Amino acid sequence: MKARITITLKPGVLDPQGKAIEGALHALGFGSAGNVRQGKYIEIEVAESDPARARAAIKRMCEELLANTIIENYAYELEAA
Amino acid sequence: MKASVIIFPGSNCDRDAAVALQAAMGTPPAMVWHGDAELPASDLIVLPGGFSYGDYLRSGAMAAHSPVMREVVKRARAGTPVLGICNGFQVLTEAGLLPGVLMRNASLKFICKDVHLRVERKDTLYTRRYAEGEVVRFPIAHKDGSYFADDETLERLEAEGRVAFRYCDMQGRVTAEANPNGSRNSIAGIYNDTETVLGLMPHPERLADPVLGGTDGTKMFRGLVESIAA
Repeated sequence: MKARITITLKPGVLDPQGKAIEGALHALGFGSAGNVRQGKYIEIEVAESDPARARAAIKRMCEELLANTIIENYAYELEAA
Repeated sequence: MKASVIIFPGSNCDRDAAVALQAAMGTPPAMVWHGDAELPASDLIVLPGGFSYGDYLRSGAMAAHSPVMREVVKRARAGTPVLGICNGFQVLTEAGLLPGVLMRNASLKFICKDVHLRVERKDTLYTRRYAEGEVVRFPIAHKDGSYFADDETLERLEAEGRVAFRYCDMQGRVTAEANPNGSRNSIAGIYNDTETVLGLMPHPERLADPVLGGTDGTKMFRGLVESIAA
């Protein structure tokens, strides 16, 4: 199965990179851009055919390594590879 | 006294740390490669500065899960002093030995300069040679040094006296201007709950010999060696 994982900063955690991106967008004339927050996107192929087992594995990967849950939230979608 | 310095791929302050330790101890520390599951008997473990694993994913995240770190975590929980400098501090937070996390500097810039720090306590393993409130000069060299912890964690750290060093000006005033990276409460270094584990972003080993232009870091290594010998 294939997992598509997005990792984002929790609300309230300062995101200077997001702010810099927002500033650059404004400089390009995109005045409508606001509250820019950046994060990470990770794809993983999981050698599991059972969705429940794949979900459990992905959740552990996120908790133990991929996200730092002090500052980040994670979300994922699963699809047949 | 036996000390070990852990080397990760991308560590670059391991030799500086070894020189400072040898000057304080009289004997060289063991240099331990990250892939080693065996860690020699150690009275002190040092996680040096650098850019372990190229800072991939998050600074310190990969190193925190390397084979040797399992043993470091076990020893730290059993009371062995562990000093994490710069990337070593990041590794300690990612390994769960210290609370909080080091985030991208507020300026988004890599900052390499000397800063002033206020020594918050002198009654710990690491700070016996300093005076309380003493202002010292250590260099910083990092891009991910902005200390972040949630309000509850910060309150606990402050209430338990676990802030080791704070960024300040030459007079010891903790001001927004003297905070180089946006760290909450101007925190430059913290202890664990038994004050045996210390993580700090500034580099004491980089000003630990007159030839380097300063010796404020010497007192940490000498004091630490004295504390452990005592």
